[in-house]
Amino acid sequence: MALEPIIQKPEISLAKSAGLPIRVLRSGINAVRLILRTTSGRIGFPMVIIHAVIAGFGTWLAPYSPTAFNVDPQGNIYQLLAPSSQFLLGTDQFGRDILSRVMSGSTSLVLVAGSGTLIGITAGAMIGMGAAYVGKWADEIVMRLMDGLMSFPSLLLALLVISTLGPNVLFIVLTVGIVTVPGVARVMRSTTLALKEQEFVQSARLRGESAPYIIFREIFPNTLPIIGVELAVRLSYAILIVSSLGFLGLGVQPPSPDWGLMISQGRQFLASSPWITLSPAAAVASLVVGVNLLTDGIQQARNLPKEEDA
Amino acid sequence: MLRYLIRRLSLIAVTLWVISFAIFAIVEILPGDVAKMMLKQNATEESLHMLREQLGLYRPWYERYFEWIWGVLRGDWGTSYVMGVPVSEVLGRRIVHSVSLAAFALVFGIPFAVMAGVWAGIRPDTLGDRIVSIVGMIGISLPEFVTGVIFMLVIASWLDLLPPSSIMMPGERPWTRPAILVMPALTLTVVMFAYIMRMTRANVIEVMGSSYVRTAILKGIPLRQVIRRHVLPNSMLPTITIIAANMGYMLGGLIIVENVFAYPGLGQLLLWSIQQRDFPMLESLVMLIAGTYAISNLLADLSYAALDPRIRVT
Repeated sequence: MALEPIIQKPEISLAKSAGLPIRVLRSGINAVRLILRTTSGRIGFPMVIIHAVIAGFGTWLAPYSPTAFNVDPQGNIYQLLAPSSQFLLGTDQFGRDILSRVMSGSTSLVLVAGSGTLIGITAGAMIGMGAAYVGKWADEIVMRLMDGLMSFPSLLLALLVISTLGPNVLFIVLTVGIVTVPGVARVMRSTTLALKEQEFVQSARLRGESAPYIIFREIFPNTLPIIGVELAVRLSYAILIVSSLGFLGLGVQPPSPDWGLMISQGRQFLASSPWITLSPAAAVASLVVGVNLLTDGIQQARNLPKEEDA
Repeated sequence: MLRYLIRRLSLIAVTLWVISFAIFAIVEILPGDVAKMMLKQNATEESLHMLREQLGLYRPWYERYFEWIWGVLRGDWGTSYVMGVPVSEVLGRRIVHSVSLAAFALVFGIPFAVMAGVWAGIRPDTLGDRIVSIVGMIGISLPEFVTGVIFMLVIASWLDLLPPSSIMMPGERPWTRPAILVMPALTLTVVMFAYIMRMTRANVIEVMGSSYVRTAILKGIPLRQVIRRHVLPNSMLPTITIIAANMGYMLGGLIIVENVFAYPGLGQLLLWSIQQRDFPMLESLVMLIAGTYAISNLLADLSYAALDPRIRVT
């Protein structure tokens, strides 16, 4: 080997990029461990995990097809059957298996609410951090715009957008994103304003680092706990909005299973066959309760004393 | 203070103006031919043309926009396409219905919520407090249509205490048959109750830990009196703001709850006018809801400043 580089720059950056996923993983595991030390977290975390598994694999785990009209060997429809060993949660007026419908309906709700929240948080965080970092008139204009967005009830906004553009999954996701943005932007702005005055940001500025570098490498990592809380809070709100739209008939369109729509349509059989309504109701309730408990756990975990080995 | 008020009110005016423009644009984009919708199957080319002419649909949009806005400002809110009567007439009746529902929910919800919050807050981390907290957590988590349907099942179907839906006969008023108000109001209360209770509890815990409460207790003042004279006034402050902020929530909640129980209020009218493409009705409803929302937000901020002398609005 003739020419040994004096500074092994490529190798250092290589080591750093290899270490990053592991570092993220380690801090993630650490966060979960902290959350599991709180009572709310111990109940909420498994609930959310169960719902996530059902959302991910429910369509395959379901015993029947969610849209199939099940018939007995004589060709009669299994109509409005009470829960039994064959149909664990009963059937609806078309002989469709409620358990399968609840399990498959989870995917669209969690996916739509989740991706909408992610879009909203990402956009809101960028806007909030940007406005606070740049300051002056940019801050003023952007935040007044956010105030304006906030001064409109989000369910009404969602209703109008969906009824104009049609109940398309993409539009529902975008609407959820839009109603998430202003709240997140506000929180991120005030967090960034406080961080901006800290010494490590000031020194990065004196080093002559660029604004994107300071925002993403210095400020952003310090806002992660707050983003975690925001994510959970906004997610539970997004689930409420998406399932409410479904209930009003503006969500995922039939015959695809949708929890809100199942509850709405099951109402006419409420007195005779309450299981049609109660199963999706229990599903959406346990999902939101789980997310809210997890939020509580994250918030409490932030105030816990740090573990020594961490 | 005056300058603050002027600034906020002008901001509201600008917001409402933007919303009016947005809703007008949405209505323009909405699919479906109004004239065809109104005439249904007895539409001929000729009658469609006549109706479009009569509704002014051939005129450019900006002319119609300014005519509409000018009408709204003068109190002429147009005529419903589907019902054929002035929008203001229908709205007037529906507002009364929705306001009675909201008032019913507030009157029953707030006192209990504050009481439960104070009760739990003065004994934090006991069994009673845990139970109240869990109930509160479940309360804020349940969507209105879930609570509504559960009430329907338990109260109307199983116990047979109340009518399952709140459909009203023509000319009937909510107070002539209060039974139909109970379940929608109860549903609307659940979330609000949980919010207010959690807020009150947190505030009471904070105030109970303050030095002036400790001093009062050490002076030998009975606990009951300490709570009434020191804890309650100081912990009510953020609660009152939450109550004002909840008015905005109520407007969203009304849309769901009224549709669950088929209660003929503004929320039900809103969904109906979207489905029927009754644009004058829809436009007026959106403006009305947005205006109420903006004003109640302003009131929330003002009440905060009025109740806490340390906060100055500028």
